[in-house]
Amino acid sequence: MSEHIVPVKVYIGVWAGLLVLTGLTTGAAYIDLGVFNTVVALAIAVAKMTLVVLFFMHVKYTPGIPRIVMVAAVFWLAIMMSLMLADELTRHWTPVAHSWGAGVLLPLLPHVLR
Amino acid sequence: MAEMAHPSPEHGHESHVPELVHQFETVEQQREAGTLGMWLFLATEVLFFGGMFCSYLIYRSLHPQAFEIGSHLLEVKFGATNTAVLICSSLSMAMAIYSAQTGKSKKTVILFLVITILLGLAFIGVKLYFEWYHDYLEHIVPGFGFQYRREWGSNGPMVQMFMVFYFAMTGVHALHMVVGVGILTALIIMAARDRFSPQYYAPLDISGLYWHFVDIIWIFLFPLLYLVGGRYMSGGR
Repeated sequence: MSEHIVPVKVYIGVWAGLLVLTGLTTGAAYIDLGVFNTVVALAIAVAKMTLVVLFFMHVKYTPGIPRIVMVAAVFWLAIMMSLMLADELTRHWTPVAHSWGAGVLLPLLPHVLR
Repeated sequence: MAEMAHPSPEHGHESHVPELVHQFETVEQQREAGTLGMWLFLATEVLFFGGMFCSYLIYRSLHPQAFEIGSHLLEVKFGATNTAVLICSSLSMAMAIYSAQTGKSKKTVILFLVITILLGLAFIGVKLYFEWYHDYLEHIVPGFGFQYRREWGSNGPMVQMFMVFYFAMTGVHALHMVVGVGILTALIIMAARDRFSPQYYAPLDISGLYWHFVDIIWIFLFPLLYLVGGRYMSGGR
């Protein structure tokens, strides 16, 4: 339950782990890993987030509805990101006819604004 | 009314906790409701910052070269230092809650809260002076005398866009830190008035959730703004 008291040893361990991971992610940026620079940086960030959420934020010891809210937050974020990226990254797949572009409306603008 | 199923909370076994408000049966239930409320707020914050992360992602994917130049305008040593400072402040926040949970003296609780505030202020100080002020002197603050550099070539406008993202995201994050410092100040006053006990420490617990969340945002901002794409090229500082 939320009554659960996390031992100091665990806090110190998590803190040390977070500092080590910070060092790792900083160091990794100075090594040429190609695309994996980004992958490594994000993977370490997710690992650090997991440590903070589970131990500092006591989620490991907080069952029930707060966990559902947390999962929902991540799920909503995933919806937002995937739909926005699905649009943005695939726009050029289908050529757009010139007459569909916004450019065709521009000559009309002065008339609208008048 | 005589055959009420549940015992009157005010006169139940929690009667020694004056902070128990009457709509809750137990202190435990009250704390869980508070935790749930804070998590709901944090869920909205996830989407608030998520929107900025998402647009950053899109611009970065469209203009990778300009964002690399922009990223190299930032100094890794300050970003890394501030990451460590925030992690330490999260530890002292956790220790403040632990001290209240285990019934340590109020001096101990206040000491840990003061350490947390000082580390928070150190973070803001590094940001304001060593980063933002020097960015201003180097003319890379959008809207405050931003100047294109010749070596950027045609990437100039999108380098400026990167700096817009940088200042918007770190700015909103720093604003959250300032709010956090205000919350911590209120907690210190409450602790000084003997408001916390092993039975009642919900304000500490909930504020801790907020403080750790702000830490998590920085855990993502640091690699995304300072590191992504790598620093091994000659352009890095």
